[in-house]
Amino acid sequence: MTEAKSLSNRRPETGAFFQRDRTMHPPAFTPSYKTSVLRSPQKALLSLDSTLSEITGPVFGHNILGELDNDMIHNFAKPGESAIGERIIVYGRLLDERGKGVPGALIEFWQANAGGRYRHKKEGYIAALDPNFGGCGRVITDEDGNYWIRTIKPGPYPWPNGPNDWRPAHIHFSIFGHGFAQRLISQLYFEGDPMIWKCPIVRTIPDRSAVERLVAALDMEATIPMDSRAYKFDMVLRGRRSSMFENRMEGN
Amino acid sequence: MVQSLDRLKETASQTAGPYVHIGLTPNFCDIPGVYPVDLGDTMVNDKTKGERIKVKMRVIDGADTPLKDALIEIWQADADGLHNSPSEMRGAADPNFTGWGRKPTDMTTGECVFDTIKPGRVPFKDGRKMAPHLTVWIVARGINIGLHTRMYFSDEEKANDEDPVLARVEHRVRVPTLIAQRDGDTYIFDIHLQGEKETVFFDI
Ligand SMILES: [Fe+2]
Repeated sequence: MTEAKSLSNRRPETGAFFQRDRTMHPPAFTPSYKTSVLRSPQKALLSLDSTLSEITGPVFGHNILGELDNDMIHNFAKPGESAIGERIIVYGRLLDERGKGVPGALIEFWQANAGGRYRHKKEGYIAALDPNFGGCGRVITDEDGNYWIRTIKPGPYPWPNGPNDWRPAHIHFSIFGHGFAQRLISQLYFEGDPMIWKCPIVRTIPDRSAVERLVAALDMEATIPMDSRAYKFDMVLRGRRSSMFENRMEGN
Repeated sequence: MVQSLDRLKETASQTAGPYVHIGLTPNFCDIPGVYPVDLGDTMVNDKTKGERIKVKMRVIDGADTPLKDALIEIWQADADGLHNSPSEMRGAADPNFTGWGRKPTDMTTGECVFDTIKPGRVPFKDGRKMAPHLTVWIVARGINIGLHTRMYFSDEEKANDEDPVLARVEHRVRVPTLIAQRDGDTYIFDIHLQGEKETVFFDI
């Protein structure tokens, strides 16, 4: 964990993070997504400038990664076999709010199979399991914040909320930046899916442009002919203030 | 018109959903063989410096029921108050302590237990020392954006009394929601999402 090789050439940044723009995020209490009703804090959050406890955060070295970690088509499949479904590449860049690439950041992904079925004991959908699909993958961004994964396009699935609610096809993702205050989990949707705007979970986001930024764009120029189509998906973490404007170093 | 600041907007959060385990703790939910271990499962080894402790946490909803599908991450300093992070500029942290743990709450009991050490004190921005604490982050189905809070220690009364973050809690009756109770070598920390005992969550 200490040896984040991709960070080695840069001086680590130690500034506090920009205030989170909560108008872009879903509020805690969103009654049309029923589970949020009893799981939403009701009191105001206590606002504080970042301290060292949130300015720092765990960073993972490339040495934790296995060869197939970013390949969900093969990382659970029997040798010589592969997961069933539309073969896709998802690629993009991890940036912060200042537009700087975020290197050496761990991004973890999870998703349903091509039929919309998760490999999970609490999953009740009748769609078939794919014996060659596990549903998790991970990657660490390169020096410029770039990443890519290979997977199959997940299917939409029904879920118990309204009597007939269906999720649009989506890939869940979790991001570590360089500070624990940047920790983020969200979901990627796919261009052209009419289910996106009907989804009670998508609709917890109050800002239309914030939803649009969760929709990956089909990029035919990045496809691999006769192999996989490609979707481009950039992600943005909180930016941080520059410590060069501060008179004293932290901790002094 | 003025010049553009060229800022981007943070990606909007979405719930981690009911199957967060598949992505973050696949070995825990019967997806073996993809990753050798679940990341964050182990924070210490036999060379880790500091007092060994266990921290038992639950996340409790507005109907007093523990969440059986939550995931909790903790981040903390080592025994000397240093973080195992490239952004730590004050010195090198204990190489035998990761400082970061991740646990799913049990699917029947709703409990999770971290094996860790008691952290040292970390300075606040103005140099005053904060009391020993864990930074805690909670995600689950029904939680639209990850919740940040802190866990302090019941047997650090003096340090807690002078902690500049706890001092910011306006309604003093809520301070105990941030303090875990010691029981032998285990600290018990219940996080209440709602109600009279609602934990203080941070926008930090
Ligand atoms: Fe999902």
